[in-house]
Amino acid sequence: MQEFVFFDALRTLIWATQWTLLLSLIAFTCGGALGLILMVMRISPIRPLRWFSRFYIEFFQGTPLLMQLFLIFFGLPVLIGYNISPLLSASIALTIYTAAFLSDIWRGCVEAIPRGQWEGGAALGLSYLQQLRFVVIPQAFRISIPPSIGFLVQVVKNTSLTAIIGFVELTRQGQILNNVTFRPFLIFTMVGAIYFLICYPLSTYSKSLETKLSRQA
Amino acid sequence: MDYTLSFSFILRYWELIVTSVWLTIRICLIATVLGLSIGTIFAGLQTTKLPIFTAPIRAYVEIIRNTPFLVQLFFFFFGLSSMGISISAYAAALIALSINTGAYATEIIRAGIESVSKGQLDAGYALGLSRLQVFKDIILGQAVRAVYPSITNQFILFMLGSSVVSVIGAQELTYAANFLQSRTFRSFEVYLFVTVVYFGLSYFFRMLFHAFESFAFAKIPER
Repeated sequence: MQEFVFFDALRTLIWATQWTLLLSLIAFTCGGALGLILMVMRISPIRPLRWFSRFYIEFFQGTPLLMQLFLIFFGLPVLIGYNISPLLSASIALTIYTAAFLSDIWRGCVEAIPRGQWEGGAALGLSYLQQLRFVVIPQAFRISIPPSIGFLVQVVKNTSLTAIIGFVELTRQGQILNNVTFRPFLIFTMVGAIYFLICYPLSTYSKSLETKLSRQA
Repeated sequence: MDYTLSFSFILRYWELIVTSVWLTIRICLIATVLGLSIGTIFAGLQTTKLPIFTAPIRAYVEIIRNTPFLVQLFFFFFGLSSMGISISAYAAALIALSINTGAYATEIIRAGIESVSKGQLDAGYALGLSRLQVFKDIILGQAVRAVYPSITNQFILFMLGSSVVSVIGAQELTYAANFLQSRTFRSFEVYLFVTVVYFGLSYFFRMLFHAFESFAFAKIPER
């Protein structure tokens, strides 16, 4: 009996982990794309773009992800008259939230590139966007890798909140299993262990890249 | 799209909102004080470099930082009640929040202590200062100054993250939002309003921490 519960639970949890990974992937790629646009707006010479991006970042960093999820999953359907599926709501909320943090991280990386690099690009006759695209971003990209991977850990952990709106990923599957088996310590230790197996290697990798980078500098 | 927005009903519930904001602030402040105490003790123990202390503390920090808070919350809330320990949602939330923030505090404070260079300690001893004087006059101010931005940032993230405890029925601001929503069915207005309240809260604390920083650390040079 004991073993039956353990292996059955483990198989179900591993199945649910796919959804956690998929959500993390969606959040990171879509959030990254939106974050890149916001970052370019944030450092652009055009003031309204800067203001918009700054407000976006402050607002979504300054409010709970859970509220953003509720607003999209429960609030938006009332307004538009259509229901939004948990997967879509979760993807939208996680994308919006992730973009705010990634654009802020990447802005720091771009600003770390000395002014002279921009001026060098300008001296070669490159336009503003060309300077950004061919001179600054390639250099900023290198230093942005460790903090971005570090933030990926937060993204994976944040996907657990989608359990609250009923999306069946790892945490929600754990809740369901707990309701069936009444073995919370066993189930949530397994759930936690799976998250740990995903996140810990990423944290360690991010940290080792960071030390490698600071040694080169 | 023939839905008319209405926010006026929220005014009728102002007492609930104010109480809930206070509950959110209170649970976060208590958990932060407990978490900082855990962090200070553990970071202090880590400086001894004794494996009996450092190995379990490392494990604690890494496990908490690499698993979602929601899972930790479920672990304590459902776990403790399955052991026959009857525990209120509020107490479970407080325990989970403190243990969670304790891990982050340990890491931040450890980095703060390590940021004070050894040469300064040696210089202090060379001037004939006692260990206590060195700690009080040299290490403490610099370490506090070094960790202050991380700790206050962490506090704001932590406060926003604490909205999750409403899931197990602990009463705070998000719980009030869900209650209002089920009363009025105006989910968009309620969640938008509460989101803005959270934004106001995080803005308020950011300003407060900033004001305190320029007041308290004016005399300690930034390195």
